[in-house]
Amino acid sequence: MNPRLFVSRDAGALALGADEVERAIVLAEQRRGLSIEIVRTGSRGLFWLEPMIEVATPEGRIAYGPVRAQDVEGMFEAGLLDGGPHPLRLGRPEELPFLKRQTRLTFARCGIVDRLSLEDYRAHGGFRGLERAFALGAPAIVEEVVGSGLRGRGGAGFPTGIKWRTAAQAQAAQKYIVCNADEGDSGTFADRMIMEGDPFSLIEGMTIAGIAVGATKGYVYVRSEYPHAIEILRRAVDIARGRGYLGAGVMGSPHAFDLEIRVGAGAYVCGEETALLDSLEGKRGMVRAKPPLPAHKGLFGRPTVINNVISLASVPIILAEGATAYRDLGYGRSRGTMPIQLAGNARYGGLFEAAFGLTLGEIVDEIGGGTATGRPVRAVQVGGPLGAYFPRALFETPFDYEAFTAAGGLIGHGGVVVFDDTVDMARQARFAMEFCSIESCGKCTPCRIGSVRGVEVIDRIAKGERGAENRKLLVELCETMKLGSLCALGGFVPYPVLSALTHFPEDFGIAGGDAEAA
Amino acid sequence: MTVFEKWSEARGREIIAAHEALEGATLPILHALQEVFGYVPREAIPLVAGALNLTRAEVHGIVTFYHDFRERPPGARVLKLCRAEACQSMGADALAEHAREKLRVDWGGTTADGRLTLEPVFCLGLCACAPAAMLDDRVVGALDAARLGALLDEAGRR
Repeated sequence: MNPRLFVSRDAGALALGADEVERAIVLAEQRRGLSIEIVRTGSRGLFWLEPMIEVATPEGRIAYGPVRAQDVEGMFEAGLLDGGPHPLRLGRPEELPFLKRQTRLTFARCGIVDRLSLEDYRAHGGFRGLERAFALGAPAIVEEVVGSGLRGRGGAGFPTGIKWRTAAQAQAAQKYIVCNADEGDSGTFADRMIMEGDPFSLIEGMTIAGIAVGATKGYVYVRSEYPHAIEILRRAVDIARGRGYLGAGVMGSPHAFDLEIRVGAGAYVCGEETALLDSLEGKRGMVRAKPPLPAHKGLFGRPTVINNVISLASVPIILAEGATAYRDLGYGRSRGTMPIQLAGNARYGGLFEAAFGLTLGEIVDEIGGGTATGRPVRAVQVGGPLGAYFPRALFETPFDYEAFTAAGGLIGHGGVVVFDDTVDMARQARFAMEFCSIESCGKCTPCRIGSVRGVEVIDRIAKGERGAENRKLLVELCETMKLGSLCALGGFVPYPVLSALTHFPEDFGIAGGDAEAA
Repeated sequence: MTVFEKWSEARGREIIAAHEALEGATLPILHALQEVFGYVPREAIPLVAGALNLTRAEVHGIVTFYHDFRERPPGARVLKLCRAEACQSMGADALAEHAREKLRVDWGGTTADGRLTLEPVFCLGLCACAPAAMLDDRVVGALDAARLGALLDEAGRR
């Protein structure tokens, strides 16, 4: 048997030189007259070790990383193909503490399998969920998802099963499944990783959703900033269709389901579900007032289930293992696992899937290892551009939807961006408002005008103009935006702004810790 | 380096015809036009409107709503620098300032020699290897002054 090397082709690995590494491997192979099987995988999510390559040995896989192209020849000399010793040798990847501590359900295959091989997918548990779904039938699938406690992983945390039940009960000749793959939050990349590393899990999840609610057509709306994910998804859909996993009779069943990949165009607000639907319909991505719910009147006015990538990609494992196994994990009303994404100035940046309930301090200090720059952690922003900035004083907060809400924040899509002590929090607050003003769809006044005024007020505070008065004005403006905006863009931008002002008042010209003066 | 075609009405109509039967065809058509011409030519707007039974004003509104769609041809290469929070935490702002000074362009601008367009992007999903950039279709992570300098040099070459 030919030696097998596994090379991560995740965009994160490519950004760190995986292409050059693969070319160097091919050169070393040719020079030695070898015939190596190179398996292109997604990433295991340990980005400080990317590009990471693995070799199959009788003792299991042995990982090496971070590998640069110029390391490859020396690694071959050192017996890479037998898992030989080398300074970059990491040993068995499963034994790396960052991976060992995780509970990988949604990401069980990511970084391990050939991402475009249906055989690999099946061999690692793929399609077991779909097969069970056929046996259960539509109403029981919905109840299984309800029973799992799965909540929308895009950020809103709405129970997925309830959305499905509502759409299932709606009467219509045509219903749709829409996957929200407009992962615009800075600090998040879980959707991208699963689309690039295990695209069939998303296809399987959407197919199960289609059977559950009686929809025969699905759309994946992927942001244009993810060209690699778009390419892999399109190829995966073609492969699945060619082998009868999509199309008129899915896997020989009477169920029809097919998928189309659509590409966004750089508008952050299209991550909001109703704006996304407008965009899919070919319009400007304007937020719709709810009701009507998308489950009643969604895409093209028809009943539509719209779920995030991770919500849908978690469905196959829930169906395969049963609702109870999933529900048994977690904390409070947050059941199952969440892919936490450690980003920005984190020493160990990457994807960490775990049951809800870790504290923010455990995530940032123990798992993330503090900052990459080696300076003290001053703030972490959780949940994207609309998420709150947390100071160390709140590091006891458990990672859970309700606990984060109680602490004045949100977990959103699970991104945790680490900042060191060089950060200027007034500047971060200003950026939040500026970003909102750039990305506002313009439909409602609090968001469209409020964000522009917010930038101006913060600029005046920074210049020391009537500080106390302007800080009071900023708080009032945030209250107005929170209560008066149509969607989460204007409604949540007060989270980063007010959390920065409350927890880091010294950056807004207020003497040490005197937050009440705000 | 991408070579874009010059606007031609026949080619524009051909692209529109290839996508107009899709449900919600506007974005697929605009993406296809930009892929071929490098931007969405003003001349294409009435053709898109006619094919989709929209007004020209509606199509113009859609083109200008989305950051991706350009109204002018870009330079020979396009460099996108991420400006979002995760990249900010690793010094992206200073790198962006440096790039703008060196290239003497503002965001969305093209260098005087037409070789490079600089665009902002809010997140490439490379947040665990920040700061990140994309030169045409190639992603680059862990940018620092040296790596950015090399990218700018590469982009400036013919």
